Amino acid sequence: MKHIKTLNTRSLQESVKKGGCGECQTSTVGNQTCEKNR
Amino acid sequence: MVHQYRNNGYNIVLDVDSGSVHVVDDLVYEVIGFLKERRTASAQEIMNALGGRYPQQEVEEALEEIRFLEKEGQLFAQDVYRGPVLDFKNRPTVVKALCLHIAHDCNLACQYCFAGEGEYHGRRALMSEETGRKALDFLVANSGHRRNLEVDFFGGEPLMNFDVVRKLTAYGRELEKKHDKHFRFTLTTNGVLLNEAVMDFCNQEMDNVVLSLDGRKQVHDRMRPTRNGKGSYDLIVPKFQEFARRRKALGKQYYIRGTFTHYNLDFAQDVLHFADLGFDQLSMEPVVAPADAPYAIRPEDLDPIKDQYDLLAREMIRRGKEGRGFTFFHFMIDLSGGPCVYKRLSGCGSGTEYLAVTPWGDLYPCHQFVGNEAFLLGNVEAGVTRQDLVGTFKTCNVYAKKECAECFARYYCSGGCAANSYNFHGRIDSVYEIGCELERKRVECALMIKAALASGEG
Repeated sequence: MKHIKTLNTRSLQESVKKGGCGECQTSTVGNQTCEKNR
Repeated sequence: MVHQYRNNGYNIVLDVDSGSVHVVDDLVYEVIGFLKERRTASAQEIMNALGGRYPQQEVEEALEEIRFLEKEGQLFAQDVYRGPVLDFKNRPTVVKALCLHIAHDCNLACQYCFAGEGEYHGRRALMSEETGRKALDFLVANSGHRRNLEVDFFGGEPLMNFDVVRKLTAYGRELEKKHDKHFRFTLTTNGVLLNEAVMDFCNQEMDNVVLSLDGRKQVHDRMRPTRNGKGSYDLIVPKFQEFARRRKALGKQYYIRGTFTHYNLDFAQDVLHFADLGFDQLSMEPVVAPADAPYAIRPEDLDPIKDQYDLLAREMIRRGKEGRGFTFFHFMIDLSGGPCVYKRLSGCGSGTEYLAVTPWGDLYPCHQFVGNEAFLLGNVEAGVTRQDLVGTFKTCNVYAKKECAECFARYYCSGGCAANSYNFHGRIDSVYEIGCELERKRVECALMIKAALASGEG
């Protein structure tokens, strides 16, 4: 990509399949990290 | 939905529903701006709109990259989470965190305290060991298959009841073995009673400690005097410095956490003051207060506050580059391992996963609702008796708030704070507009910092 640099390595759509375990810390939620990714 | 903005020389494009963050050149920035208005525009129409300011080959390349990302679901993505993916009303929830009001009493008289000098507009009280044990039993019994449980020792000032903190932590460790659970204990303190024994205990048992400090001496002492009107800065800062030094050496988490008000709209200086004192895990929140309070944040304060966030973000990058970086909680965004979409859309968990317990064992949706009888959910002996209220909190999420539908920050703030909504609008499913405005700015700054790091700056 010459004009665009994408910063993410994981999308929200992907987390539909892999998320929802509920083991994460109770929190702004967006400042948290998924427990599986600690 | 796409949000694009410029900050500190970076062109940033946030694809809201995929969470993708792109740093783009001026050409792509313009093209995306055009496509936002006219999604089906042809290449020729885009060329015409650009008025010949870019070579045709460049425009074609840019369009190819945009279309590739669109195909990959990373640009102009749709919200596919509503409905079948997330059935808020029928989703099973368990309790996984308690805010234990270990003391409804305090040795400070902070002007902005939502707990009214620690007493929550009720009576002074300390939680007994017996009530605390029942609270932990309640948590384990209502936690289902969740293994990670959290307990925050809160107040008032929890160190005014330190013996019970100690005993309940030990009881929690017993429960861990018995029920195959893991307790994450945290403690929030104003530091007045912090001593060697407390530090040693916390360094052994507390996963995180939140240390309340508002910034520069005159700022802190104005808002956080002792009960007899003296400042508390000189008393607590040396202790906090030692505590933070020890926790850092042990690799343990701590946060220096402040509140800024209308009186210190130059709050970036207070955050930098924390850093200059040697602290490196920092948090500073805007005060939430009745609109007529003299220290409340006013609509006309928003622009200067946003300027401060910009200043802070740039300074963080600069200091990071010099090897003396620090973290600022509200700028921490994890682009590769952040929360899943379920978590982002369902919010903080108040009233469902997270409950507050008063010294006498009453249950409330969170610490900010304590004392408001309309939100009394039950108690640690009988459990939650107001399932109707739990249901209300369960359905209070991003999709329940019409203001969130058009907001680019919705997957970061997760619909905002139910208590703030209630305090300003008398209902939990609205939003606190000043909070929204500031959250949007913080997200923009946080993403800009990511862009700077990715470009090798900082």
